[in-house]
Amino acid sequence: MLRHGSRSLFGRASATSMRWRRLFSTDLPVETAEDTKFVESWKKMNPNMDPPKTPSAYMKLRPPTPANIPSKLTVNLVLPYDSVLSSKEVDMVIVPATTGQMGVLPGHVATIAELKPGILSVHEGNDVTKYFLSSGFAFVHANSVADIIAIEATPIDRLDPSLVQKGLADFQQKLNTASTDVEKAEAQIGIDVHSALNAALTG
Amino acid sequence: MSSSAAQPFWRAAGMTYVTYSNLCASLVRQCLKEPYRSEALSREKVHFNVSKWVDGKPEKPTIRTDTPE
Repeated sequence: MLRHGSRSLFGRASATSMRWRRLFSTDLPVETAEDTKFVESWKKMNPNMDPPKTPSAYMKLRPPTPANIPSKLTVNLVLPYDSVLSSKEVDMVIVPATTGQMGVLPGHVATIAELKPGILSVHEGNDVTKYFLSSGFAFVHANSVADIIAIEATPIDRLDPSLVQKGLADFQQKLNTASTDVEKAEAQIGIDVHSALNAALTG
Repeated sequence: MSSSAAQPFWRAAGMTYVTYSNLCASLVRQCLKEPYRSEALSREKVHFNVSKWVDGKPEKPTIRTDTPE
């Protein structure tokens, strides 16, 4: 009797949770590949009770590669304090990866790229919007969604060229007078960031 | 198999990625034009206090703040 009670309780819980999930119209599968093994061994031990859900049953799977390449790329540019672009449909973005400028088109293979300080350009038809990113990561998913995260992203016209030149000269001097590894690294970072800013302003 | 792969220079100098990233961001913020610069620098302000615990009791906290009291 207790056994039946638990099954009906669980059944009701799963029914409501299924209904709740469908309300949000996400295509979450109930079980993932990891769970089939658990479910099978549970059924062997305990064929009369429904197996409980495991954490992976609640996780969203990696977005699958669609059959047809979508025509637009969906871009999200997020900062810790603001989401600059949120699900914007564009034709292409060029991200400043540490391995060089990387162009991302719809249908790009799933990639994780670490970014260096540089320009992110968003191409939509004939419009190009440029942002200077301080550093961050770009995640491209198989379903042509690109998530770009950075700590600072400013439009180029908000940068002050005189401050950039001054900063570059300062850090070049600091590199010459630096003694410890940390000081040298900081000076080198300063030079890298300011040269990238300079290139963004003049290029 | 785990040979020390080529590290970025800042990691070789003992800096973590978080420190590197925050440093890059603060350098960019310092190169902005007014009024964006003052808005951005206000984002860098921190206010916290840290106290070490000895024998189950907290010692006097050290307060680190950028907001004037």
